Parts: sequence; C-alpha cells; structure tokens
Amino acid sequence: MNDQSRLLPNGRILRYTFGERLMHWCAGVSYLYLLLTGLAFWSPWLFWLAVALGGGTISRELHPWAGLLFVAATIWMYRTWSSQMRESEADKQWWRDLPHYIKNEDDRVPKVGRFNGGQKFLFWGFFWCGLLLLLSGLILWFPQYVPWSLRFLRYFAVVVHPITALLTIALFMIHLYMGLAVEGGALHSIVRGDVSQAWARAFHRLWYEKVLSESTARK
Amino acid sequence: MSQVSNQIRRISGHAGSVPGEDFSRDYDVCKLIDTTTCIGCKACEVACLEWNGYSFSETTFDNSYQTMPETSWNYWNLIKFNEHEREDGSMQLLMRKDQCMHCEEPGCLAACPADGAIVQYANGIVDFQQDHCIGCGYCITGCPFNIPKFSPTARKVFKCTLCNDRVTQGLEPACIKSCPTGCLHFGSKTDMKDLAENRAAQLREHSGFANAGVYDPAGVGGTHVIYVLHDATNPEAYGGLPKNPTIPLTVQLWKTPLKWLGNLAIIGGLAGLAIHYLRFGPKSEESHDSPAQGEKR
Repeated sequence: MNDQSRLLPNGRILRYTFGERLMHWCAGVSYLYLLLTGLAFWSPWLFWLAVALGGGTISRELHPWAGLLFVAATIWMYRTWSSQMRESEADKQWWRDLPHYIKNEDDRVPKVGRFNGGQKFLFWGFFWCGLLLLLSGLILWFPQYVPWSLRFLRYFAVVVHPITALLTIALFMIHLYMGLAVEGGALHSIVRGDVSQAWARAFHRLWYEKVLSESTARK
Repeated sequence: MSQVSNQIRRISGHAGSVPGEDFSRDYDVCKLIDTTTCIGCKACEVACLEWNGYSFSETTFDNSYQTMPETSWNYWNLIKFNEHEREDGSMQLLMRKDQCMHCEEPGCLAACPADGAIVQYANGIVDFQQDHCIGCGYCITGCPFNIPKFSPTARKVFKCTLCNDRVTQGLEPACIKSCPTGCLHFGSKTDMKDLAENRAAQLREHSGFANAGVYDPAGVGGTHVIYVLHDATNPEAYGGLPKNPTIPLTVQLWKTPLKWLGNLAIIGGLAGLAIHYLRFGPKSEESHDSPAQGEKR
C-alpha cells in the first residue's frame, strides 16, 4: 500500500486498507474468544464464561485453535506493519511527553507519524507475548505428550501462559479504552478505514503531512 | 458415585440397640503396601482391570519384568520393577505397586479449573468426576507422582479411584482383595500407620534392613496410600518414587500469589481507566493548534 491513494475523493484519508482491517479483526475476534475462555480457566469465579460459551469441554477444545488463528493474524500483522513499528527519535520524545498525552494536553506532545510510540509498544507487546503464549500454549495443549523427564516444560508453561496473558490483558484494556472512548474516530477507522483530515492532523501530524504532500506532488 | 457414608446412628421404630452403636472407628481410609513382601505377581493389576472394566493392554518388553513403562488412562495399577544394585554389588529386585497416592493435599485438585471435576472425600479418597472434567490436563501437571492420564478417545483424564464405589459399600479395594501374599492392607490411616511402623521396626531389628521405614510423604500432607520400604532413605530406587513430593512450585505460584496479583491488577486497571475518563475524558481534535496557526515543535 503506497500513500498516493490515501487521500480519498471525498476529502477524507484512508488510514487502514481492507487487508489491514480484516487482519485486525481476525486478531481481535480470536483474542476476545481467547480472553473469555482463558478467564474461565483462570478463576472459578469466571468459569460461567466457559459455560456461556458452550461448556468447559468445548471451550478447552477450541481455545488452542483460536490461539492458532490469533498467532496467524499476528504473523500477518508482523509482515504488514513491522517495518512501520520501529521506534524513531520522535517516539522517544513521545514517551518522555507521555504525561501530557495522558492528560490530553496534546498540543504539548510531539508530532508523530502513522503510529505513535504507544501504538508501537502495543504492537511489539502483543507480538512477543503472542510468541510466549504460543510456546507455552502448545505445551498446555498436549500435556499428555510431554514425557515425565521433561515435566519442567509443563511447570514452566503453567506460569508463563497466565503471566503473558495478563500482560496482554493490560495492553488490550488500554487499546480498547483508547479506541472506543478516548480517540473518537478511531473505531470508525478500523471498521471502515477512513479518518477525517482534522483527526489525522490532530493525532498523526507527520503522517498527515506526508499524505498531503504526496497527493499534491502527484497533481 | 455416592458421597455419603453409610454408618448408622439411629433407626426409627427399632427395639433394642442400634447395630454398630458406640462402635468407634477412624473414618479416613488408607491402603498399605508392604514392598518387602510383594512378589510382583501382578494379581492386583488384573483385579484392578477386572473391577473397573478395562481389558488387558498390550505389553512392552524391556528385558525385565516390567510389562509397560507407566500407568495409563485404562491401566491404573502397575508394579514397577527395579533391579537395584546394592552398595556391596549384590542385586535386589525392588517391586512397588504404583497407583494414585490419594494425597491429603492433592496437586491435581489444586490445578484443576473445572467445577467439581476432582473431589476429595472426607475419608481421603481423591476421585475424578469425568462428567465434569473438561480434559485440560492441568491435573497431569499438578500431580507429583505422574498418575493422571489422558484418554485420547474420551478426551478426559482417568486414574485410580481407590475403588471408591467398593469402599462406600464397605468393601476393600479390588487390588487388596486379590493379593496372595498379604502385602496389601486396607483400613483406617491410624491402623495402617501402626501396622506399617511395626513392620518397619521388625525389618530394622530382625531382618537387617537398617534403613527400613514408612513412606507417607509430608510434602503433600501425607497420603492415603502408604508404603513400607526396605530402604526409606532411597525411595527413588522403587521405580522413581519421589523423595519429597510436593505440589510443583510453579503450580502453587500460579494458583495463589499470581491469581491474587492478577485479579488485583485487572480490577485496578479497569478502575484506573474509569478514573482517567472521569478526570480527562476523550481527546479532542480541536485541542490542537488549528491549521491557521503556525507549526509548533
């Protein structure tokens, strides 16, 4: 996807292509299922989640398959986005100005490109936690095939899986909160793909300027 | 399976004394395995299969009496043979009937996430309820004795029940009934412990087994299956009986401190986000310098 076609005829800007949106929702839907069934196995107080989703047995059978779907979507994201997720100098400044960002003093936050430092952190957080969840999850999927002499692998998996899952829950809660409550227009962008010029200018100024300059250069 | 005991206290409309009245006995049950009088005949294995309705499994040959390496989902009772070389170079054939130990603090039960899938009865029997089991296999990781086994067809986990169905009817477990040498005993924990200690003392004093002793590991709160060993200082020699079994450390971490920390973190996180929204609210596209103004930063 080059940026030349990002300025749409109606004046809005294409933020996420159809492929990116599809990829995001493959990850999102599978993660939501993994979260709900995983929480059911995490605490007896939440076991009703598994019951509501078709019973404990079905939840246990499908949780690993949903995990594979999530990993596939994560690999897809890695191939699509990893080159745009490298931390830049501007991102380092963004982290230093994080208190301003949190307090919505956005005029005191440095201009950022298509993704800000927080979004890049979310991406790499999910990527590395996803890797650890996959490795520990494969052991938990087939504990009966782990020989007794290698039982330390199971002992490792039963703590690594919930710890990494809790880390992704922290990332997920912030991601959901930002997308649904804080940045109006973000949800629309990941569903239909487009954002207003004002939105792009406000939250991703460098990217906005790049899109504009490339579209004017073409004229 | 029945979850009530059948000991009678009162009988309605009954003349005279109640049968069993004032008869006191310890309620918890215990199986005692005296490895020093076991001859490795495997009658207990067959009795276990017969009572629980499983057919004989295919055996493997490894140049010893060992017929298969470990218990399986449909083979709950297996004698472990070890041709043990003593310090003086002589050979000692160690035989130990391996099955669920029915721990007082069961690691399987601690690790299990499914409501009601593992039950510990008041008499100490730990039993799996396959109709509640979700087949996750966490019990396999929780057990320090390598006992719960996954059935690939039922997709649930099975193990020795200590013949809970027989015990609730006042019968001894099937393995006990079949033992021809009397190396297997069944009764209250106190009685079995006494019997075991007496036997161990006898072995120490009269049979030259200076290290003879009783295996009733404290790390899992004691077990409702106990052993008399010729050498209690080296239980590992008896087909890998762990010296100091405990619920694996990571399972304990996961089930207690991590659970509390995680729950607090999730609730704290949700509260933090709610407070942020109340205090700062959504971001505005307008709060930025308008396009007409000059560039900042």
